[in-house]
Amino acid sequence: MPESLTTIAYLVAGVLFILSLAGLSTQKTARRGNGFGIAGMLLALGVTAGGHVHSYGALSVAIAVGSAIGALLALRVEMTSMPELVAVLHSFVGLAAVLVGIASYLGSNADTAHAEGVIHAVEVFVGVFVGALTFTGSVVAFGKLKGLVRSKPLLLPGRHLFNLLLLLVSVGLGARFLAAIGHDGLGSLLMMTGIAGLLGVHLVLAIGGADMPVVVSMLNSYSGWAAAAAGFMLENDLLIITGALVGSSGAILSYIMCRAMNRSFWSVIFGGFGAEEGAAPAKRAGNEPQGEVVSVTASETATLLRDAKQVVIVPGYGMAVAHAQYPVYEIASLLQKQGIKVRFAIHPVAGRLPGHMNVLLAEAKVPYDIVLEMEEINQDFPNTDVVLVIGANDIVNPGALSDTSSPIYGMPVLEVWKSKATIVMKRSMASGYAGVENPLFFLGNTQMLFGDAKKNVEAILTELRAAASPAAAE
Amino acid sequence: MKIGIPKEIRPGERRVAATPDTVSRLLKLGFEVQVESHAGAGASFADADYVAIGATIAHGARELWAQNELILKVQPPEHNQELDVHEAELLREGGTLVSFIWPTKNAELVERLAARQATVLAMDQIPRITRAQKMDALSSMANIAGYRAVIEAASFYGRFFTGQMTAAGKVPPAKVLVIGAGVAGLAAIGAARSLGAIVRAFDTRAEVREQIQSMGAEFLEVAIKEDGAGSGGYAKTMSPEFIAAEMALFEKQAKDVDIIITTALVPGKAAPVLLTEEMVSSMRQGSVIVDLAAEAGGNCAVTRPGEVVTQHGVTVIGYVDLPSRLAPTASQLYGSNLTHLLADMGGAKSFHIDLEDAVVRGAIVLHAGKLVGPAPKSAPLHLPPTSPSKSVVAAAPEPPKVPASHPLRNAAFAVLALVLLGLLGSVAPKEFVSHLTVFVLACFVGWQVVWNVTPALHTPLMSVTNAISGIILVGGMLQISGPISSPVTLLSAAAVLLATINISGGFWVTTRMLRMFQR
Repeated sequence: MPESLTTIAYLVAGVLFILSLAGLSTQKTARRGNGFGIAGMLLALGVTAGGHVHSYGALSVAIAVGSAIGALLALRVEMTSMPELVAVLHSFVGLAAVLVGIASYLGSNADTAHAEGVIHAVEVFVGVFVGALTFTGSVVAFGKLKGLVRSKPLLLPGRHLFNLLLLLVSVGLGARFLAAIGHDGLGSLLMMTGIAGLLGVHLVLAIGGADMPVVVSMLNSYSGWAAAAAGFMLENDLLIITGALVGSSGAILSYIMCRAMNRSFWSVIFGGFGAEEGAAPAKRAGNEPQGEVVSVTASETATLLRDAKQVVIVPGYGMAVAHAQYPVYEIASLLQKQGIKVRFAIHPVAGRLPGHMNVLLAEAKVPYDIVLEMEEINQDFPNTDVVLVIGANDIVNPGALSDTSSPIYGMPVLEVWKSKATIVMKRSMASGYAGVENPLFFLGNTQMLFGDAKKNVEAILTELRAAASPAAAE
Repeated sequence: MKIGIPKEIRPGERRVAATPDTVSRLLKLGFEVQVESHAGAGASFADADYVAIGATIAHGARELWAQNELILKVQPPEHNQELDVHEAELLREGGTLVSFIWPTKNAELVERLAARQATVLAMDQIPRITRAQKMDALSSMANIAGYRAVIEAASFYGRFFTGQMTAAGKVPPAKVLVIGAGVAGLAAIGAARSLGAIVRAFDTRAEVREQIQSMGAEFLEVAIKEDGAGSGGYAKTMSPEFIAAEMALFEKQAKDVDIIITTALVPGKAAPVLLTEEMVSSMRQGSVIVDLAAEAGGNCAVTRPGEVVTQHGVTVIGYVDLPSRLAPTASQLYGSNLTHLLADMGGAKSFHIDLEDAVVRGAIVLHAGKLVGPAPKSAPLHLPPTSPSKSVVAAAPEPPKVPASHPLRNAAFAVLALVLLGLLGSVAPKEFVSHLTVFVLACFVGWQVVWNVTPALHTPLMSVTNAISGIILVGGMLQISGPISSPVTLLSAAAVLLATINISGGFWVTTRMLRMFQR
C-alpha cells in the first residue's frame, strides 16, 4: 500500500476519533459517536495490518485473545464497578506503552550521535516513563477502588522529597541512557522503568478515597500522553493525534473534578486530603456543629413523599454501594404516577468516576431528562418540598459555603437545606470521605433515616405501594 | 412508667397535653398512658380515640392524678373549683410534672409543688439551643399564635386580603404590618402572604431581614443603625433615639396599612408600647390590630388583654389564648414537644433527671422538692430562631473561586514557552517538528471537543477514550514483524494483546452503557 494512502487512512481514522468524542456531547448522538470510534479503530487496524505487518500469526493470536478478554470484561462488569474497569484498562495502556517503548529501543539502530537519534532516545525514555507511571498508578487505583488497598491516604514523612528524589534519579538515568552506545542503555531504561513504577505507586497511595474521580481521570490523561509519546517514537501521526485527544480529555475531566471540589490540581496530586490540613479536621475546637438529629422511619418518609408536590433525589456513592438504584427509580416512577414532580440531582463528584451516578441511574432505566446537574437544579431547591439524600454526605454540606475553617470550604455543593424538608438516608452518623462534620444533619428541617440504604428504600417503596393500591382499586 | 394526661381546667383552655398520635409515640417509648375522661374534647379528640391507640381512661381528676407518677399538662396547676382542691395537692407525693409553669410569675405555685416533694420541668424554660428546637414549646405555640392572629384579623376585617380584578371592578389587596419578626411574626407574615396581602415587617434585629424577605414580606428600616439582638433569639431594649425613629415609622405606617399585628416582647419586662392611641385613631375606619403581646401588657395602648375593643372605628384584638383557639394543632405540636423531651430523658426504661444535660438543666424548676436555681448563663447561644416553615441558614458568603491565574505569570509562561519552542526549532529535525505540530493541534482539538461533552456522559467518555487509547496497538503492530522468538516481536505481541483488551473492552462497555441512556 502506498505510503500516502496509509497516511490518508490514518487521517480519516483520526477525524473519526474526533467525531466520536464530539458525538458524546448529547445522549442522542452518543451512540453514533461510539460507532465512529469503532469505525476509526477498524480502519486504523486494517491499514496497519495491510501495510507494515509480516508476521500475521503472532498478531492474529494476540488480537484474538485480547478481544476475547476485553469483551468478557466489558460484558460481565457491573455498572457499580465501572471505576475499577476504567482503572484496569488504563493500566493496560500504560503497560503497552512501556512494552512498545522498550521494543522500539531494541528494534532501532540506536545512534545518539545525531539529533534524530537523541530525539528518538528521549522519546523512548519519556514514553516508557509515562507508561510505567500510568501502569502502576492505575493498578494501585484499581486496588483502592476494589478495596484491596486501604483507601486512606498513605502519608510518608518527607514524601515530596521522596518524589523529587525519584524524579532526579530518573533524569540521571536518562543522561546515562543517552550517553550509552548501541543497546547498552537498556539497563538504565529498565531501572528507570522500575523507578517510574515506584513513583506511580507512591503518588496514588498518597491520595484519599474521595479524590478517586480526580485520580482516575488523571490516569486517563496519562494513558493518552503515553500513547502520544509512543507515536513520537514511532513517527506515527495517528498515535500522536489519538494520544493528544485522550490526554486532553483526561486533563479536562481532572480539571472539572477539581473545580467541583474547589481544590487545585496540585493539592489533589500531592495533597493527601483531610489528613494534612489539621491532623483531625473532625475535632476542630469550637466549630463542631452541635445539636441533635431527628430520625424518622421509612413509613414517615413515605408519607412525607406522598404529600409533596416536588421531590428531588440526591444520590451518592452510598446508593451505588447498596445497589439501591432500582428501588429508587421505582419510588420515583410511583410518585410520578401520582402527579408528583420527581427529579434527580447529580453533583459532579458524586460516585467514584466522573458521570458515574448518571450511568447507574441510566442502568436503572431512569430517563435522562429528569437527571439534572448541580447548576441546573440548585436554584430549584427553595421550591422543593422533600429532598431525599441517599448515601451522600460532603456534597450536601452547607458548611462548604459558610464555614471558612472547613477543609471543604468553597466547594460548590447541592443546596438541599433550602428545601422545605430534607431526609438524609445514611448508615450511621459517621462523617464522609473528607472527614468533615455535616451541619446539615442538625438543621431543623432535616431528618435522618438510618440504616442500610437498600433496605430503607425498599421499605419506603412497600409503604408507597400499599398506599397506592387501595386508591387504584377505587 | 405511668403517664397521666389530666383535663385542663382553666376556663377557655381547649388544648390537651397529648393527642392520640403523641400517645402512640409515648407508648412506643415504653410508657403507659392514662387520659382523664373528656381531656381531649376541647381539641376534638374523643376518649375512644385514645382507647383505640392503647391508652386507658381515668374517670375523674383525683383518680388520674393519684394513679400516675408523671403528669403532662398544658397550663400551670391551679385551683380546681369543682373539687375545691389545688391541682398541686392532687399531684402524688414525689411525683413528676411537666407543663408550662412560668416559675418567676408563679412563686406561690412553686412553693406548693415543692411541698409535695415534686420534680417539675417547665416547658417555658426549655433553653433555645439547636438541640432543643424539637422540644421548644414556646416556638410551637408562637407559630400557631402568629397564624391565628392573621385569621382573627381577617375575620374582623371587612374586606378581602387578596387583591382582585373582577367584572364588577377592582378590589385592592390589604396591607399588613407585622411588628417583631420572631417565630410568631414570621408565621403571621407567612399566613398573611398566603391570603394574598401585601406584607411589611419591622424588627430591631438586623439579622432577621433575610428571614422576613424569604417569607415574602418587605423589611422596613429606620435610618439609625443599631442592632437589637439580645440573648436567646430575643430582642433587647433599644436606645431612646432609636425608639423615637421607630415610633415615627409606625406613625407613618399606621396611616397606610389596614392590619397591624404586633409581637414585640422583651424577656422579663412589660411589653413596649409601640402603638399610641393617636396612631390607632389615625388608622382607617375598619382597620384591625392584633396584639400578640397582650398578656405582657400589650404593644398597643388601647389593648385590653383577653378582649376585643373597638376604638375610633379600629378593632383591637387582645386575645391571650390564640394557641388554644387552634386546639387540635396546638395540642399536637405541644404533645410532640413533650414526647421529644421524654425521649431525650431516656424514655420509659431509663427515665432519669440528668442535671448535666443542658435542656433538662434549663427546664427543671424543682428536683424532688428542692428548688433548682435558674441555669447559669453559658456562652451566648446565638442561633437563628426556627422560623415556622423554613429553616434559615445564615447568609453564606460567596465561596472563593479557584484563584484566577496571575496575568503577569501567564505572560511569563508564554514567553518561556516561545523561547523553548524557538530553541527546539533551531536544533530539531524537520520530521519531529511536523509531528509536534500535529500533536499540539490535536491537543487543542481535543480540548475544544471534550468541553462540549455533557457531564452525564463523562463515564462513557472515559471508556471511549480508554478504547481509542488502545490505538497504541498500532505501535505494537509496526514492530511485530521480526522473527517470532526475538524480544522485539515478543514485547510487541504482548503490547498488541494488552491494547486489544482495551479496544474491545472499552468499546463494548461504552455500547452497553449508552444503550441504557433512555429518555
